[in-house]
Amino acid sequence: MTTSVTTQTRTSLLDHVEAINWNRLPDEKDGEVWNRLVNNFWLPEKVPVSNDVQSWATLTEEEKTLTMRVFTGLTLLDTIQGTVGAVALIPHSLTQHEEAVLTNIAFMESVHAKSYSQIFSTLCSTKEIDDAFRWSRENPNLQRKAQIVMDYYHGDDGLKKRVASTILESFLFYSGFYLPMHWSSRAKLTNTADIIRLIIRDEAVHGYYIGYKYQRALEQETEERRQELKDYTYDLLFELYDNEVQYTADLYDGVGLTEDVKKFLHYNANKALMNLGYEAMFPSDVTDVNPAILSALSPNADENHDFFSGSGSSYVIGKAVETEDEDWDF
Amino acid sequence: MLTSAKLIYFSSVSNNTHRFVEKLQLPESETARLPLHTQQETLQATEPYVLILPTYGANGGKGSVPKQVIKFLNVESNRRLLRGVIGAGNTNFHDSYCIAGDIVASKCNVPHLYRFELMGTTDDVSKVKKGLEEFWKQQSSLSAA
Repeated sequence: MTTSVTTQTRTSLLDHVEAINWNRLPDEKDGEVWNRLVNNFWLPEKVPVSNDVQSWATLTEEEKTLTMRVFTGLTLLDTIQGTVGAVALIPHSLTQHEEAVLTNIAFMESVHAKSYSQIFSTLCSTKEIDDAFRWSRENPNLQRKAQIVMDYYHGDDGLKKRVASTILESFLFYSGFYLPMHWSSRAKLTNTADIIRLIIRDEAVHGYYIGYKYQRALEQETEERRQELKDYTYDLLFELYDNEVQYTADLYDGVGLTEDVKKFLHYNANKALMNLGYEAMFPSDVTDVNPAILSALSPNADENHDFFSGSGSSYVIGKAVETEDEDWDF
Repeated sequence: MLTSAKLIYFSSVSNNTHRFVEKLQLPESETARLPLHTQQETLQATEPYVLILPTYGANGGKGSVPKQVIKFLNVESNRRLLRGVIGAGNTNFHDSYCIAGDIVASKCNVPHLYRFELMGTTDDVSKVKKGLEEFWKQQSSLSAA
């Protein structure tokens, strides 16, 4: 059996270490996701956040405090995922290429964490920044969500780590992601929103990939264990959801947005479950995300773009899209 | 390989789109999955059909249509029988959400009928099931006229 570097360090009985060969891919998804992550690579320094200085000045003190608290909360999650979460998955990798992809994911999470600091240093004073970081240390609901996930990362169940990781990537970020989408829909902090959209895009690939690997690993388990993990997944999601609702209220009650954020949480909880191969849990009457938020997330996600949903007569065939695909013959 | 399926789809090894199609609970003969690898021989449609294809979040559309779908659509008769497209994707990809569906719809001049995320919710399943039934009724009345 091929032995990867990580398992080699744990079992000293083996007499060699296997070098990674990208010309033999036991799982083609590894190569595909590696390429996608590399093509998506970005750095926050390329986004002109300083153009948001004027817009920042139009926010009330309460709105500024809220925004900074949201961003320190997101920084905390990215810190966990970059230095603990993605790294903790490496020993459980099914292939050496998965190990390599996870190192990419870990690094990008650290880029995300750093990008919030860039936003802060551009828009806020040192004292305001310190206050916001203190809040993130002292808010019980934020600390609790971090603690729940960290407990699994420090455990030894690779499948449960993958579940916790996918839920973090695909669900726990979204109470925070809501706010920059809200500002963006009101033409505020639009450059900051561009950075957040790049992070949102990365998290989608991370959640998809870790969830996919979870499903592959699940194939090797007994029916009994599969059921246990499915129950565990829904239990963990409910536990984190209850906490998330309180955290959302801590942040958004003051500006009256809590109920609107909760719809966004339900919508993303469903996507986290789907990434793990499970059915969505929240029914459509509680996942009807505010169209302004959905449109800030994706401009072509509304019903008007669907032939089935709208009146067929008003439907226009999509605008021509520039493609550079070389393989089309026609 | 010839297929008379009215719903042809591509799904990678992640099986998200495959799961969505399973949830539609259509008779086996009415759906066909494109081969996973481009080295394999592609399908040849013999009846009008709708294509479901996922988008994997490429930058600005470049390279976002799966090669397997391109190979299939490079067969002229497959393009001629295509009546509509359904896109799968993730809104996290901003304006690239379901862009592969947009690209195929505009290249082949057919409507992009519906978009859903990942493996689709129960709501998506019932909307597509009902939408396709209506769509095929319209199509047959069009061809009868």
